[in-house]
Amino acid sequence: MGKAVEIRDLTKHYVLKSETVKALRGVSFDVPQGDYVAIMGPSGSGKSTLLNLLGCLDRPTSGSYMLGDENVAQMTDDDLSAVRASRIGFVFQSYNLIPQLTVVENIEVPLYYMGKLDSRAKERCCMLASMVGLGDRLDHRPTQLSGGQQQRVAIARSIVNDPEFILADEATGNLDSVTTEEILQLFERLNGEGRTIIMVTHEDEVAEHAKRVIRLRDGHIVSDERNTDRVIAKSSVEKVAPEDAESAVDRSESPAT
Amino acid sequence: MFFRTWILGIKSLLLHPMRSALTVLGIMIGVFSVIALLAIGEGVSIKAQKDIEALGAENIIVRSIEPPNDSIEFSFSAREFGITRAEMNQMKAIPTIAQVIPVRELRLQFQYTGNALAEPRLGRLVGCTPEYQGINRLEVDRGHFLTHPEKQATVCVISAELAKYFFPYEDPLGKEIFVPAKKNRFSIVGVLKEKTATGAVGGSLSGQDFANDVYIPIETMRRLMGDLEEKRSAGSFERKKFELSQVTCKVKDVKDVPKTAKIIESTLRRMSTDREDYGIIVPFELLEQARSTRIMIQLIFGLVAAVSLVVGGIGIMNIMLATVTERTREIGVRRALGACRRDITRQFLIETIVLSVVGGCIGMALGVAFPISAEGSKVLADWLAPEYYERIPTYFREVVPVLVPWSFPLAFGISVVVGVVFGLYPAMRAAQMDPIEALRHE
Ligand SMILES: Nc1ncnc2c1ncn2[C@@H]1O[C@H](COP(=O)(O)OP(=O)(O)OP(=O)(O)O)[C@@H](O)[C@H]1O
Ligand SMILES: [Mg+2]
Repeated sequence: MGKAVEIRDLTKHYVLKSETVKALRGVSFDVPQGDYVAIMGPSGSGKSTLLNLLGCLDRPTSGSYMLGDENVAQMTDDDLSAVRASRIGFVFQSYNLIPQLTVVENIEVPLYYMGKLDSRAKERCCMLASMVGLGDRLDHRPTQLSGGQQQRVAIARSIVNDPEFILADEATGNLDSVTTEEILQLFERLNGEGRTIIMVTHEDEVAEHAKRVIRLRDGHIVSDERNTDRVIAKSSVEKVAPEDAESAVDRSESPAT
Repeated sequence: MFFRTWILGIKSLLLHPMRSALTVLGIMIGVFSVIALLAIGEGVSIKAQKDIEALGAENIIVRSIEPPNDSIEFSFSAREFGITRAEMNQMKAIPTIAQVIPVRELRLQFQYTGNALAEPRLGRLVGCTPEYQGINRLEVDRGHFLTHPEKQATVCVISAELAKYFFPYEDPLGKEIFVPAKKNRFSIVGVLKEKTATGAVGGSLSGQDFANDVYIPIETMRRLMGDLEEKRSAGSFERKKFELSQVTCKVKDVKDVPKTAKIIESTLRRMSTDREDYGIIVPFELLEQARSTRIMIQLIFGLVAAVSLVVGGIGIMNIMLATVTERTREIGVRRALGACRRDITRQFLIETIVLSVVGGCIGMALGVAFPISAEGSKVLADWLAPEYYERIPTYFREVVPVLVPWSFPLAFGISVVVGVVFGLYPAMRAAQMDPIEALRHE
């Protein structure tokens, strides 16, 4: 498989009034397509900073970042927006659904910014909603959903634009172990479909599911290893196909935070 | 897609219905006041124009002005002033003038001896010719107005108000009005319909109140009363002499009015003494003035109202700034999901436009209803507190707001512009946010 991401000597400095915070001090690695990477490290080690750079939300202070064969470091703000809209899917720790929109409408948002909000969009969003087990909650508002359910909507939203990458910053940080397991099942399934997943996590139990673990400390990579004893999330997600509406209903009623 | 953006804007606004409603209220009041104030202004100028038109564009009015009584010394000689009959004849000789109509007015007490309950009433004794009816648009209720055969007769025509006052249960026709000061009696040949007072026109013609008028033939007045007026009051004795109060010159062709006015002016200046004891009113010219005054009124009222729209706009800006701060997280999420700066600007701008357009539409709807509600509130005021309502000058009571058609697109346009102008800053501020910072916002 080809390289999806290639970063070299990436640095990120935050210039504050009194000092310069060196959040990343030269990070280099490649991510092949279809990889499943967990980024770990103590608090303040630069995990989120790195993920934001990978997600084109920010530009590095120095170093190069090749996304496919495009150099992100040289892109304009609008170009970055376009890359985010079409190639990247985000999953956040705090779900970040838009409160005034329903489940389906939330899933639609990236399509809107991609300019692909056509007649088939709604259908696709409904399908995704049932894939993540919320086929019967299409018109609910985020506040009417549990944390786990909201995160599943967020995952559906992150893949609606058929992105190459899914970037997750502590996506399971607010969830209990059962729900975490469910989210990880979803990730595994998406990875199985060939999407590259890069996730930041604190928890070893979560990182165990990834194919590869990168550890950061003080803005440096301290280790970058393949996961030898990778755990596959139990209770196959494959069961929950979009056409399998009944089991989707069952899942939506499972306990969550 | 376009449609969706608007729906989204409305949805976001409905998240805080109260707040949005109050913001809309600000714009609504602004739009309404533009329309309402312009309608009042229009009503005022239409009334002024009507008053002037009532004088007749083809007329030139020459009015005697009594000079202020500044002689400290006691004098037996009568003060003489005003237009004379000789001057009137000079005017009659001007070729562009078709007709001259003389009027002589006195303020006197009237009495009806047949009604002991009715106190004497102060009014205007107007010596005039039959043409007076036409130039003042007097309408006859019963009987007839003065006629040429009656020009020497001791007959009179009275106003509706006097008829009601002196003859509540009787037929006034054939009865006699007594003028105690002159010891004359005039038999009533006609009763007029009610006529609303006219406003003051120009600088020299004060408003006329026709309510307590008694009209008699001017020749009869001259025969019975002469030109001399004596007024006795405590410690003072005043004699004044004037031949005519007013001469209305009817010009053959309206085009000749300004020219004729100049001729009249020079004629009078030549004949009259050094004193300025007359005034010339040219309704035709006043009409032109009234038209430019109208533009001034509209400008001033429009500006005042526009200020309230700007206040409404500041309200919008205030709310949008709060909204943007409150929705920082949403902005960050949208940016992360691929929104570029323009998308964010557009989103918030649409919200302000929705607010201002909704406000504008409600304001316009209220504006349409304004003349009706203004009339309604007059009726209501008259019903609730007639004594206070009566004290409002008739002139104001009679102003009817007239909607100015162009005030609608204007008010609406301003409200949209205000929405855009005051919404732009908050929207740009939203767009300039750093996505990461925004995402981190609590
Ligand atoms: N906008 C900023 N301005 C200044 N300093 C920043 C900014 N963002 C991050 N930093 C600093 O950069 C360093 C790395 O931050 P980062 O958020 O990447 O850590 P993290 O590994 O995600 O930590 P956590 O596990 O707590 O989320 C920290 O020292 C932080 O204070
Ligand atoms: Mg972090």
